[in-house]
Amino acid sequence: MSVREGARERLGAALWRRPWLRGALILSPPLTWFLVVYLASLVALLITAFFSVNSLTGNVVYQWTWSNFSQIFTQSVYGTIILRTVIMAVLVTITDALIALPFAFFIAKIASRRSRQAFLALVFLPLWASYLARVYAWINILSNHGVLPNIESHLGLPVTNLAYTNVAMWIVFSYLWLPFMIVPIYGAFERVPDSLLEASADLGAGAWFTFRQILMPMILPGIVAGSIFTFSLTLGDFITPLLIGGSSSNFIGNAIYDSAINGGDLPFAAALAFVSIAIMAVYLLLARLAGAFDAI
Amino acid sequence: MTEMPKSEDPSSHSEQGILLRGITKRFGSHEAVSEVDLEVYRGEFFTMLGPSGSGKTTLLRLIAGFEVPDAGTISLRGVDVTGIPPYQRGVNTVFQDYALFPHFDVARNVAYGLRVRRVKRIEIAERVNAALEMVQMTEFATRRPAQLSGGQRQRVALARAIINEPQVLLLDEPLGALDLKLRQEMQVELKRIQRQIGITFIYVTHDQEEALTMSDRLAVFRSGRIEQIGPPSEVYERPATEFVASFVGTSNVIEVPYGRAVLRPEKIEISNGPSADGRTCVAGRVIDVAYLGMVTRFRVCLDDGNTMTVARQNSSSGSQLNAVAPDSRVMLSWDLNDAFPLTSHSVAETQLGAQAKGAI
Repeated sequence: MSVREGARERLGAALWRRPWLRGALILSPPLTWFLVVYLASLVALLITAFFSVNSLTGNVVYQWTWSNFSQIFTQSVYGTIILRTVIMAVLVTITDALIALPFAFFIAKIASRRSRQAFLALVFLPLWASYLARVYAWINILSNHGVLPNIESHLGLPVTNLAYTNVAMWIVFSYLWLPFMIVPIYGAFERVPDSLLEASADLGAGAWFTFRQILMPMILPGIVAGSIFTFSLTLGDFITPLLIGGSSSNFIGNAIYDSAINGGDLPFAAALAFVSIAIMAVYLLLARLAGAFDAI
Repeated sequence: MTEMPKSEDPSSHSEQGILLRGITKRFGSHEAVSEVDLEVYRGEFFTMLGPSGSGKTTLLRLIAGFEVPDAGTISLRGVDVTGIPPYQRGVNTVFQDYALFPHFDVARNVAYGLRVRRVKRIEIAERVNAALEMVQMTEFATRRPAQLSGGQRQRVALARAIINEPQVLLLDEPLGALDLKLRQEMQVELKRIQRQIGITFIYVTHDQEEALTMSDRLAVFRSGRIEQIGPPSEVYERPATEFVASFVGTSNVIEVPYGRAVLRPEKIEISNGPSADGRTCVAGRVIDVAYLGMVTRFRVCLDDGNTMTVARQNSSSGSQLNAVAPDSRVMLSWDLNDAFPLTSHSVAETQLGAQAKGAI
């Protein structure tokens, strides 16, 4: 067969000779998107955090100032909000990890291959429904005359009314983000060969020793991956506090919403967003120091 | 742990090692192991040989305690361990994939069993050193498994098992993933270690050569049952069934006056002319000649249509070799005493006359 000499063939051959060019062609669209839309807007946000708003005209004053940050760190209301948000994010992360660990272990190591798919489908199922619908469903469960108080009264238990409290937020957040914790932990469990567990048992270790010494270190990256989801999703949320939180349930997200939409103070909102990002960065750093990424 | 007897002549040991009685294991409707009775003596190197799916690995896992039998009992030195979990049996396993803990270095892997049993630190360090020395891995103590070659991982897995001084060491195709040269090296090494520490080895393999080389005794498995148990020479020279004859080494099955018999390729003489008196002779045509180094293998199509495999040692120079070229007419002869009669009835009928499987 003779060598074909069309334009397409020449282009193909030229690309074949220059692997870097192929890489560049593949990478340039997503990279452009990432640089322009993603990073640029983030940088704009961070720069905005150092501007201020003229309280009379409402216009942004393009002058470098720390006033937004000093306001955040001196007014106790913001300290309370930040602390509440972080504590809730930590609580939700711990709760989800505790629920996800045995569940993911069961799916990955005990369930049969066929039921494994069914269980994973069940894990993903809630994600098909709208976030708002699911939060409203929880209002119906928790509020006065809701499902939970009804069950409690039927069982003769003290009737609770959890709606519009921080406990309600904790329950709803834990429910909302659970799939994001289960999936990476499940993946981590699946990557642990059964023979390692058998070897541990063979060498005399009981279940708890095997869990601590063999399983835990090997699935830690999965737990950290899941916790990054649960922590950051909780940290950035403002709808659940709005819908199911009480009068003192404001999150960082709500404060951002208030100052940006209601207050018209975009620089201050940007500074609050900056705090969120900084907390997340500290979280990742701590995870790294704890050796969570060593095994990757 | 007490002194173990050496494995000089295992068959003379009346001391009980492992006793299996009527072991059956099913997976769904498939019976992986069917009513197996087996006794392994103390200090013996015992091999379970068979093709994949013959039940040998399942039986090993039953002895280790990773599976529970549907019927039968397993006893270890007279103690019934059938319902006892792996970590309470005096048994350790070397896994096919080594199963080293990837996040521990070599020393920590080897120390694992001792740490579980809360042995004192100083003693752990001493015993880890001794175990690593035995498998010649001392200098790799601080490496992670990912930084080791297959053969080195194998040695670590071995050290991790024997440091616990088990009554029985179970080895599940431990050399399966190694290349030929390394495998032969490790075969010698394993034998040396077994002699040195004198514990019972139960070794699973599908490699008949490995089984013959290493074992004091071996059991040939087929479809969840044992076809024959005996020392290598007995299993090779006097196979009980046609299956054993074909699976262990290469063999020809021939018709003799008293039934059917096994004739090993190396017992047959191949020549261009008639041979000495008193020998059985058949004529045929050479259809294939394969030079295998130590021996040359001929495939000869007999005049009655059957095929036989013949092996001839390449003892002298190659000139003799050329005498028997492909397509030439030859005479095959053998001493009838070398043909071992088959008692089998159970074995599926293979083509009458002759068959050959595997390499010489």
